[in-house]
Amino acid sequence: MTPVQIIFLVVSLMLLVSAFMVVTVRNLVRAALWLISTLFMTAVVFVLLDAGFLAVVQVVVYIGAIAILFIFAVMLTRRVMADTGPQTNANGWWVGLSSLALFAGITWILLGWGGSSADAPIFPAGLDTVTDLGMGLVDPNGFILPFEVASVLLLAALIGAIVVAWDRDN
Amino acid sequence: MEFIKDPILFLANWLTVLFTGWDMTDGLITVINTFLGVFLVANFGMLFVIFLIWLERKLAARMQDRLGPNRVGPYGLGQTFADILKLFTKEDTTPAGADKAVFNLAPIMAVLSVLLIWAVVPFAEDWIGTDLNVGVLYIVAVGSLGIVATLIGGWSSNNKFALLGAFRTVAQLVSYEVPMVLSLLVPVLLARNMGMGGIVAEQEHWYSIFFFMAPIAAFIFFVSSVAEVGRTPFDLLEAESEIVAGFHIEYSGAKFAMIFAAEFLHAFTISVLTMTLFLGGWQGWGDQFPLVGWAWFMVKSLAVYFLVVWVRSTLPRIRIDHMLSYNWKFLTPLALVVLMVTALLDNLVVAQGPVIRTLAHLSANILIGWAAYAIMKKRAAQRPPRAVVGQPRPVARPPAPEMPAEAPVLEAPAS
Repeated sequence: MTPVQIIFLVVSLMLLVSAFMVVTVRNLVRAALWLISTLFMTAVVFVLLDAGFLAVVQVVVYIGAIAILFIFAVMLTRRVMADTGPQTNANGWWVGLSSLALFAGITWILLGWGGSSADAPIFPAGLDTVTDLGMGLVDPNGFILPFEVASVLLLAALIGAIVVAWDRDN
Repeated sequence: MEFIKDPILFLANWLTVLFTGWDMTDGLITVINTFLGVFLVANFGMLFVIFLIWLERKLAARMQDRLGPNRVGPYGLGQTFADILKLFTKEDTTPAGADKAVFNLAPIMAVLSVLLIWAVVPFAEDWIGTDLNVGVLYIVAVGSLGIVATLIGGWSSNNKFALLGAFRTVAQLVSYEVPMVLSLLVPVLLARNMGMGGIVAEQEHWYSIFFFMAPIAAFIFFVSSVAEVGRTPFDLLEAESEIVAGFHIEYSGAKFAMIFAAEFLHAFTISVLTMTLFLGGWQGWGDQFPLVGWAWFMVKSLAVYFLVVWVRSTLPRIRIDHMLSYNWKFLTPLALVVLMVTALLDNLVVAQGPVIRTLAHLSANILIGWAAYAIMKKRAAQRPPRAVVGQPRPVARPPAPEMPAEAPVLEAPAS
């Protein structure tokens, strides 16, 4: 086994444990912290796949923005520690069954794919994936339309937030 | 001679030869060498803090007309060691009702978030942990772990003051990330490169360092970085006179030492980043020798660090609403304007040679700075004059007594 494989196995184990803890742990802030751990381990998996840009964006967007918002929103609610209700309701079995079916389906597809046992392709030296990504996003033959639509959507959301929070009386 | 030229490379080669002699595989040697490098960089950071604490106390003392530590060792250099020993022998307390695991995790994350930044800091030519092609974005990413650290530290202490500190953390650190990221984009634009090594390499002449091309962006980055560290004048998250010590009120002993060390190292780290991004990094005369480059790195970083200490020891804490309006109404719009102007202008002048490019950017920056100053001055003139303490206030004035026709003359009491 190469060192990279050992790192991958350790990271994957931690990723699975963290993901399991997110849904089973009682305390909401702790669940958010396990979520941060899950997202961070996902970023490490991206690094192992030579996708550094994706890994860093994963940390910036999900940990830097979304997870902090989660924790902040949970902290503002009262009596976080006092949640003692049951963790599942009557539909728990159906959810478990459909999740199991989904997992089995994905596993079946991946087993038939054959790429999961192949070696990772080795990038040629000097390949700059970030530049390629940037060019692809502004290239008229590439993804400029979805990119711009997403930008306009985000701008509209920004302006909407300002309008909602606007104190007109003042 | 080889050793003096590049000690790190010499040691790495020597170790590689040694390990190959021990019949190790290439992959294992790489892993061991990488871990040794991580150990070296992390310990450089953590041990340098010992010197930084002494330096800051000494500088702040001189600025405030005091002597500073001068009892332990020559010039008080041993004072920090005594303080560390004291902190490590203190009782390690955990408040009742605290979330213990999270409470212990917060100081570790605080140190981690700062030390991770050092992975992409170029100390000298080829002396860099890892020259990520997304280095600048990486700095922003690991910086957000520090916000999580203060947030969960404040929450898990089960203390209202600590929780208030954590809320202020969100208001301040998350807000100041916006102008910081926007101003970080300016050197990225100018260098056409996101890696720290590439940004330094682009500033090879004295006239092409980015401070001359983007002084306003350097200013915005410096100010918002100081706010990110949470030091005076932005120390609202640990304001002693308002919320005692903010998020780290319940920490004692070694855990407090970790938070304290993380703050000092962060203050030096922002000096290093400002220097690397805007002042040419390790480049200077004789920088083909990595040791000389490293010396330049330290000299420039400590010069910026002096500025950080100067600001800290002379400015009072700003009010929380001023802190937010300064960010959202001044720094953020200014950073947006600078970013757009730089992007447009640089495409026009990049082919004209470095000197003309620098002059064009410098004049554009002076123009933007003058316009910002004029707008602020106009806004300040429109604001109604604020009531000053010395003026009589209607609420505080007692009703005027009805004066008798012949007012009794008060005599001064005999002393």
